[in-house]
Formats: sequence, structure tokens, C-alpha cells
Amino acid sequence: MNVVLRQMLARELTLANRRRSDLANPLFFFLIVVSLFPIGVTPDLQKLSEMAAGVLWVAALLAALLSLDLLFRHDFEDGSLEQMLLSSVPAQLLVLCKTLSHWLVTGLPLTLMSPVLSVMLALPVSAIPLLMLTLAIGTLTLSLLGGIGAALTVGLRKGGLLLTILIMPLFVPVIIFGTSAVQSFANGMPWTAQLALLGAFGAGAFAVSPWLTVAALRVTVGD
Amino acid sequence: MWQAFVRWFHKWSSPKWFYEMSRPWSFWLGWLALICIATALVWGLAFSPVERLQGNSYRIIFLHVPSAFLSQAIYMTIAVAGAIGLVWRIKLAFYAAKQCIPIGMSMAILALATGAIWGKPTWGAWWVWDARLTSMLILLLLYLGLWALHNAMERAESGDRAAAILALVGVVNIPIIKFSVNWWNTLHQPATLKVTEAAPMHMSMLIPLLLSIFGFYLAFLAWMLMRTRLEILDREKKARWAQQEIRNLEAQ
Repeated sequence: MNVVLRQMLARELTLANRRRSDLANPLFFFLIVVSLFPIGVTPDLQKLSEMAAGVLWVAALLAALLSLDLLFRHDFEDGSLEQMLLSSVPAQLLVLCKTLSHWLVTGLPLTLMSPVLSVMLALPVSAIPLLMLTLAIGTLTLSLLGGIGAALTVGLRKGGLLLTILIMPLFVPVIIFGTSAVQSFANGMPWTAQLALLGAFGAGAFAVSPWLTVAALRVTVGD
Repeated sequence: MWQAFVRWFHKWSSPKWFYEMSRPWSFWLGWLALICIATALVWGLAFSPVERLQGNSYRIIFLHVPSAFLSQAIYMTIAVAGAIGLVWRIKLAFYAAKQCIPIGMSMAILALATGAIWGKPTWGAWWVWDARLTSMLILLLLYLGLWALHNAMERAESGDRAAAILALVGVVNIPIIKFSVNWWNTLHQPATLKVTEAAPMHMSMLIPLLLSIFGFYLAFLAWMLMRTRLEILDREKKARWAQQEIRNLEAQ
């Protein structure tokens, strides 16, 4: 079983490495959205630092969502997705590998990039580690939950927009807990409860989403 | 006993049988709903006393509360019907679930619109980012997602099953969304908007309100039956009985 998992992860990462522009696009998008806020709202650092956590979170999520559409698409188009569903290895494990590798190539780079952008938005430096931790959990949850949405829309030509409509309402709790943990920390208020709830939500998504993703794939791939 | 129940269940889950049996129902339920809602509205708008704090503006409650109730109840109906369809592969449950979506969507829009109209004189703003308003908005987005997913699928059967899975995910998430939005709101602004909780309601307001809620539920049932019957005809249009029925309807 471990061999299969390792091979699957290696395959996903190799494929991601071969499509470098798909890797870079979310990061550029993140940079652009974040830099639009000072231009569009205000260059006042005082005000920016109040909004920083929310802006970074929303921009990172939009960037990760942008790439979710491709999670199953290439495999669907060349037929390997069908083979994964038919193989003797539990499809849930393969799907979990795919979502994890999606996080490794989008969520993790976005998290690693966030300190630079948070300095530009004047987020207090002491809050940066917590911002990175919440973003890491949040983008992982997005990859997991988004897998369900990507599976539901995989056969559709205009799936990307639909995916956003399907996933964003479900994702409201994560945004709320993530941003409020960082903001509370920056304001010197208790923040551990929000972080615990964020982690709980992520763990729940980890447990449930592979099954739902496979159930959705069995509907849409057969379509 | 059990055998009889199973037979009854199978009979009712057959689209043809359901179509025949429900023929009179939507008609009578519709009229009953109309009478209930009309009575409640005339009573509530003309005869109920003026509210002490809000004056006459509170009267929109007779539309606002029933539509808000229904928009949540209908989402539950969709999820339950979707689960029945997924587990027992009953086509009829999928048809009903699909046709509940636009009804629930319109109820959510009605609740948001009447809420905004009520909010303007009471709170001084059309919209506030209060926990309840926000969770209602998210419910509307969930409905939009369901409907969009249904319409995007090429095969209606795939749309049924995909939307059922999405509805089940949403139903698990709704309590979490509610809880998180409450948390978010109370963190940022203390609850100042408690005008409606000033006192328990007087009977002269409560009875028309309950009547209106009852009427809205009946109207939902009638509307859903009507839409489901049309959906049955559309989906079963290859069956001979459905073609016969469509010809009869065209001849009328």
C-alpha cells in the first residue's frame, strides 16, 4: 500500500513539475490581488494593517481555488482518472494523494509566500507565524473540500466558475476562524479557540472528503 | 404489516402512480393555501394592533418569518429527498428534490428582500452584516450552487446524483456555518439588534402569523407537487402513458 501511495505522490509531483506555469500562476495571482487592495482601498498603513489578515486570507483562497479546477481535469481528459476508479487500490487513497499533492504545489507555496506580502500590508511581524500556520491549515482544508467540488464539475466545460460557486459557501467557517485567529492575536486577544476550531474543521474535512470526492467522481466520470 | 408498508412505499415511488394520485392534491392544497395566506394577511395587515416600538413597519413579519422558515425547511427537504434517491435509487425523490430548489431559492430571496425592507425603518440600514442575515445569504448561495450544478450537467440523472451529494455536504455544513457566523458576529459587534425580542407576542399578532406560516407550508406543498408533476412528464416523456398524458394536455 505504501508503495502505491509513494508512487502516486511522486507521479503527481512530477506532473506538476512538468507544468511549471500552472505552478506559478496562483502565486502571481496572489501577489496581484494583494497589491490591488492598497491601490483600490487606501495606501494608509494603519488601515491596511487592520485589514491585512483578511486580505491575505481571501487572496490566498482565491488563488488556490483558481488551480483547483485542474485537480482532476487532465487525468479525466486522458482517461487515467477512470483507471484510478477501476483499480484495486481504494480510490479514496488515490484521491487523497491527489488532493495532498495539490496542497503541496499550491497551498504550501502560497503559505511560504505570505510573509513577504504581509510585510507589504503592515501586518505586525509577531503575527506572521500564526498567519502562516492558519493559512497552511486553511489551504489544506480548501484542497480537501475543493476536491469534492472539482469532482462534481470535472466533466463540465465551464467548471471553474461553477466550482467557485459550489465551494465558497461551504468554506465560510474556515475563513471566519482563520482570519479571526490572526486578528485576535494581532489585537492581543485570546486566539487559541479559533485555531482549535480551524484545526477541527480541517480534520473533519480530511476524514470525510475523500469518500465524498470518490462518490462524486463515480457520478461525473460515468456521465 | 411490513410487507404492506413496502408495497405502499414502492407504489408511491413509481412516477406514474404518483402522477395519477397527486392530480387532485395540488389543486386543493393550492386553494387551501391561498385562503390561509389571504386570511392571515388581511388579519395581520388590517386588524392586528400597532406594535409599540416599531409602529406599523412590523407587519412585514407576516411575509418575512414564513418565507425564512420555509427556505430552511426546503433545504432540509432537498437533502432528505436526495439521500433517499441516492440510497434507494428512487427517481421520484430526485425529481421532487430538483423541483424544490427554485422554490427554496425564491423563499430565500423573499426572506432577504422583506428583511431588508424591514431593516430600513427598524435598524436604519437596508443591510447589516448580522449573523442571521449572513447565514441566510449563504443559504441562498447554496441554493444557487445546487441549481447551477443541476443545469450544468448534460444528463439529467447525473445532475440529480451530483446535486444530491452537494446537498448532503451542505446540510452537514449548515450548522457549522451558523455557529461560525454567530461567533464571527459576536466577536466584532455586540448584539444591539434585539428589537424583535422586546416582548413575547400578543395573541392578536401570533395567530395570523401562525396562520400565515401554515399557509406558506401548504403553498410550498402545492407548488412542489405541481412542479414535480411537470418534471415527471418531462423525464418520463419516452413512456407511453406520459406521451398519452401530454397529448391530452395539449388537446385541452
